[in-house]
Amino acid sequence: MTWVVGGIAGWLALWAVNVRLARTGAARRLVPALFGVAVLVLWEGLVRGLGVPQVILPAPSVIAGTIAGNLPLLWSDFVQTIVKGALSGYAIGCTAAVAVAVAIDRSPFLTRGLLPVGNFVAALPIVGVAPIMVTWFGFGWESKAAVVTAMVFFPVLVNMVAGLQAADTMQKDLMRTYAAGYWATLVKLRLPAALPFLFNGLKIATTLALIGAIVAEFFGSPTRGMGFRISTAVGSLALPMVWAQIAVAALAGTAFYGIVAAIEARVTFWHPSQRGRR
Amino acid sequence: MNGAVSRVLPVLAVLGAIVVLWYAGSVALNARLTLVTAERQGVELTLAQVVADTMVQDRPRLPAPHQVAVALWDGIVGEPPLSKRSLVYHGLMTLQSTATGFLMGVLVGILLAVGVVYSRVMDLSVMPWAVISQTIPIVALAPMIVVLSNSLGLGEAVGVENRLVSKTLIAAYLSFFPVLVGMVTGLRSPDAMQTDLLRTYSATGAQAFWTLRLPASVPYLFASLKVAVAAALVGAIVGELPTGAVEGLGARMLVASQFGQPLLMWASLFASAILAGGLILAVGGIERVALRRMGARE
Repeated sequence: MTWVVGGIAGWLALWAVNVRLARTGAARRLVPALFGVAVLVLWEGLVRGLGVPQVILPAPSVIAGTIAGNLPLLWSDFVQTIVKGALSGYAIGCTAAVAVAVAIDRSPFLTRGLLPVGNFVAALPIVGVAPIMVTWFGFGWESKAAVVTAMVFFPVLVNMVAGLQAADTMQKDLMRTYAAGYWATLVKLRLPAALPFLFNGLKIATTLALIGAIVAEFFGSPTRGMGFRISTAVGSLALPMVWAQIAVAALAGTAFYGIVAAIEARVTFWHPSQRGRR
Repeated sequence: MNGAVSRVLPVLAVLGAIVVLWYAGSVALNARLTLVTAERQGVELTLAQVVADTMVQDRPRLPAPHQVAVALWDGIVGEPPLSKRSLVYHGLMTLQSTATGFLMGVLVGILLAVGVVYSRVMDLSVMPWAVISQTIPIVALAPMIVVLSNSLGLGEAVGVENRLVSKTLIAAYLSFFPVLVGMVTGLRSPDAMQTDLLRTYSATGAQAFWTLRLPASVPYLFASLKVAVAAALVGAIVGELPTGAVEGLGARMLVASQFGQPLLMWASLFASAILAGGLILAVGGIERVALRRMGARE
């Protein structure tokens, strides 16, 4: 009982601190961090106090213990799924999408045709190609990279094509008065102007990449990888292990997104959406 | 008329190009099996024969478009709609959890958005976590939600079968975020002049909400609903994959992949594409009716 009361009291106390902090407007980073801590405190208190069995919901401290005790295993799963599967597929898919976007941009006819098709395909459950890719490329990380490539291609393509049209007529006319050719205009004006759109697509693609790599492992994988570990751990009711993998996945996903967002802030510092943040 | 042609023609051209590429791909990928079989039987094949054979294999690596079309047609029209082999039946199963999850996600998204707009603490503490929540590969949670809902009897509590809970929750999880973001923008979209006007009328907070903020947010809401419905479908299908579901388009793909039936796999994939298209069109239709009722001009 003390655990339940403690958990709820801890939650309320942290929430009160947050209300204070929000009023002063002092800490934009502290408030969400405290909110996260408050959720963990409440979780720990409720799980311990109500005696929730571990197969239903392990306490955060148990999960942290599992992570600390299985670092080599988690690392090898991380490398297999995120580094080999997700990142390589992400790189291939995004590069291909940008290249195709630049290529078809020369033809307005193709652009008009490809945009609606691309928009539609981007909304489709492309993750369904996972079993097909596994039969084509085998159980290794190559099939996961292929799934990720297929998943990230269209969102990035659609954003990049839209971005290449972002430079307005006045700016293009200015380039023409400088007697700039196609390539000079592309490199000096249109690619930089497309960057905010491109990064929008790249950020969406980070999440898709992780989902694709993990889902593809449900269709067949070597005996390591996060998706493989999750499905086998659920089978043996090793729930702390599942939660440990989820924590790693969440950290990796957040870090991946954060890195792309940080690069965006550096590269497109001139854009209105970034300027306000400094 | 001319405008319609100039819009449709490029799309048709691109679709045509995709079909041509697809045929080329299926010839390239399936030719090896044809050649190996021919060699085993000691037959010499002409190029035309090889190409013809790549289009009619039972287990092609990449089925030709017309094979997929036939499999799709058989799955949709060829079987009685309620038979377990009918894609309509499995589509309805997926649609059911998509719709439930979508409604749940929309509701949660709108409520959170109202909280975020009206409470600074919520804004500061919920928004960053909402962003982080979307970077978590949710499918990782699917097997566990199944365990949870089975042991807690979550399904009985809310009146759906336990098997459906996980995919419904995943659909809701994926669809709440676009709604939250869209609604926060939408509820904040009335400008200072409009809120000042309401203040001169001495309107209460609730009145300002119902007469100004909510109507102003509707266009934003529908824009994000279209994203959310597609996300909900992805969630429902993905939720079927690792959970041993036996019904639904995702389960159909999984079964087809395990039993080596590529035609069925491709047919299910296209059935889910059709479902996605239908859902987006449906939301678009509702949007047009709603906006017209509210006095918007096209």
